[in-house]
Amino acid sequence: MARVEVLMPQMGESIAEGTLSKWLKKLGDPVKRDEPLFEISTDKVDAEIPAPAAGVLAEIKVQEGQTVPVQTLVAVIETDKSAPVPVAAPPAPAPPKAAPPPAAASPVVPRPTPASPVAAPKGDGGETAEERLRKRSTPLVRKIAAEHRVDISAIPGTGFAGRVTKQDILGFIEHGAPAPAPTAPGTRLPAAAPSGPVQHPAVEPWPGDRVEPFSKIRKITADHMIMSRRTSAHVTSFFEVDYTRVAELRRKHKAAYAERGVNLTYLAFITKACAENLRKHPVVNAAVSGDNIIYRADVNIGIAVALDWGLIVPVVKHADELSLVGIARAINDLGERARTKKLSPDEIQRGTFTITNPGVFGSYAGAPIINQPQVAILGVGAIEKRPKVVTLPDGTDTIAIRTIGMVSMSYDHRIVDGADADRFLADMKRTLEDFPEGAI
Amino acid sequence: MTEVTYLEALRQGLWEEMERDDRVFILGEDVGLYGGAFKVTEGFTKRFGEQRVIDTPISEAAIVGAAAGAAHMGLRPVAEMQFIDFISCAYDMLTNYVATARYRAGLATPLVVRGPCGGYVRGGPFHSQNPEAAFFHTPGLKIVYPATARDAKGLIKAAIRDDDPVLYLEHKWLYRRVKEQLPEGEEIVTPIGEARLAREGKDLSIVTYGATLWKSLEAAEQLEQEDGVAAEVLDLRTLLPLDDAAIVRSVKKTNKVLIVHEDTRTGGVAGEITARINEQAFEWLDGPIMRVTAHDVPLPYAPTLEDFVLPQTEDIVKAARWLAAY
Repeated sequence: MARVEVLMPQMGESIAEGTLSKWLKKLGDPVKRDEPLFEISTDKVDAEIPAPAAGVLAEIKVQEGQTVPVQTLVAVIETDKSAPVPVAAPPAPAPPKAAPPPAAASPVVPRPTPASPVAAPKGDGGETAEERLRKRSTPLVRKIAAEHRVDISAIPGTGFAGRVTKQDILGFIEHGAPAPAPTAPGTRLPAAAPSGPVQHPAVEPWPGDRVEPFSKIRKITADHMIMSRRTSAHVTSFFEVDYTRVAELRRKHKAAYAERGVNLTYLAFITKACAENLRKHPVVNAAVSGDNIIYRADVNIGIAVALDWGLIVPVVKHADELSLVGIARAINDLGERARTKKLSPDEIQRGTFTITNPGVFGSYAGAPIINQPQVAILGVGAIEKRPKVVTLPDGTDTIAIRTIGMVSMSYDHRIVDGADADRFLADMKRTLEDFPEGAI
Repeated sequence: MTEVTYLEALRQGLWEEMERDDRVFILGEDVGLYGGAFKVTEGFTKRFGEQRVIDTPISEAAIVGAAAGAAHMGLRPVAEMQFIDFISCAYDMLTNYVATARYRAGLATPLVVRGPCGGYVRGGPFHSQNPEAAFFHTPGLKIVYPATARDAKGLIKAAIRDDDPVLYLEHKWLYRRVKEQLPEGEEIVTPIGEARLAREGKDLSIVTYGATLWKSLEAAEQLEQEDGVAAEVLDLRTLLPLDDAAIVRSVKKTNKVLIVHEDTRTGGVAGEITARINEQAFEWLDGPIMRVTAHDVPLPYAPTLEDFVLPQTEDIVKAARWLAAY
């Protein structure tokens, strides 16, 4: 199955939107590659837009006369001849005169997914929008690529819409590897996961509004979040953790850690507690592939870092083999290099579990979205002193001032049941509340 | 060295050529006793006499026709259009007669037609035009368009010495705004057909001529300061024949091209330059060739509208930023 997206092109400088003036093909019509598909007009040019691939016009998203921002999804071409052809897209144009061959009963029969867990998602002949975007390059870049035998699609682009610029390809050739630009390949999908572009619905801008195309990192994040929501059966559990002991240990050992150049944060304790317990609860440290569960051999914990220009998730590799100081040092180091754009690509890949820490901004508790293809993500809420009922040794209850914070974990109910998740969280909570001083 | 204006440099060039060669003479409306509408030829009658500085009737066709005849007879006429907008009245003489004379009859026509061009002076539709595109299409003519005082002098001298008809387009907004130290006693002749690198850069090339050279240089400075973008600025100086080699050299260096001209967009010189780059340096492009030009309308009188229609520094900055990020 291959569906090729047709986007509203940018037809010149400072042009933010275009009007679809006329459809030259009807829904269900066969189209040839480069055959005119529709006409657009902008305030500078009128043009016929050719089909990016051969196939059948499967979806029409923008009607004649509609004005939409550039990069808006206009149509979808189905390049797989055997795919069911839709009778009419939701915003149906005229009654479909060119009635497609009567498809068997329901047109929305889900197609069986390939049995092999490593089957690449891309189809025969068609390419994904991501691939097309990557290959779209200027004559100079193609010339340089040919001279140096470089595959343009392997180079992260920093130009408009992710285009590979001269600087990008020259940097790639010089350094042999993509510069760690502010992209987040760690959150991007490996080949085995369900991939493909996400169609974000068009919204009409109002006069005076500013329309800004996605940056590369924003596009990746937006697509990934939607894809994750669609892929996983998200459930979130919440636990309250008493950090009083951790706070005390921190207070006692912070100076000693600082002497070793390490900032001993709550996050380091939490990461350590996760690392210890993930090994005991392998289903939380796993991935889903087709109808299989992949139990990960390594415990690699991604730490979400909020940057001014987006979100990136560097990974603490083999976190279960590191001491508390090793984890704290790794988190400090990865966070610092994320902020200075000095991460190398492998440092944002192969995570098996993710921790996000919105509590630093004051959030009480959140329900994070899973970082695919993982199956669980832990959110850390604000840690602060709160009143708490405690039972004294003589059996009487009293209210004490304790250092308290919420942790929440979103997990994929396809393979992680509530009991699995809660057992993991309970163990993690116990590790934090009884944190062994010897582990410091 | 003395500091001279663009207008004074042009005046010196004319004067020196008339001193050097007594075949050179001037004709036009009010060029004699009055000294010309912009005083380019002030004092010429006194020095060279009415035989060599001729006041004519108000007929551009007659001026160019008389100049063509004199040129055939061995003289070197310099015809002034009081405003270049009215060169259209001599369009037939220039395109049908003058430009074809060498090809048709083997007749050399060494004449210069010069006159004040361009806007930014609130002159409205009849006193602000840039006529280059109308003649750019005519084989047999040469067109020069100086932007600096040095070239105002160097190109008028080269045009007078050239054996073919040359349109010398001078910009009235630059007349007294642009000043330059020019050496005294040294002969300045700017070769026709050679562009000048006005500013070196590596990130993109701004190809321009005339008044927009100065807007482009301002824009390049702003891009350097605010964006760290190093824009190269190429002053074409001669439009016909175009200096393809200089353009292609710059394209191969920066890989991105912004063409800026004050003339209107459709059928303008920028389109031809774009086509040549496509033909000669396509594989060196790292972005679309972009244009900043006047909008396709007759130039309005209203100051705000004139500002909107003509290319301004900020228009160039905006387009260059877009291209740099492409």
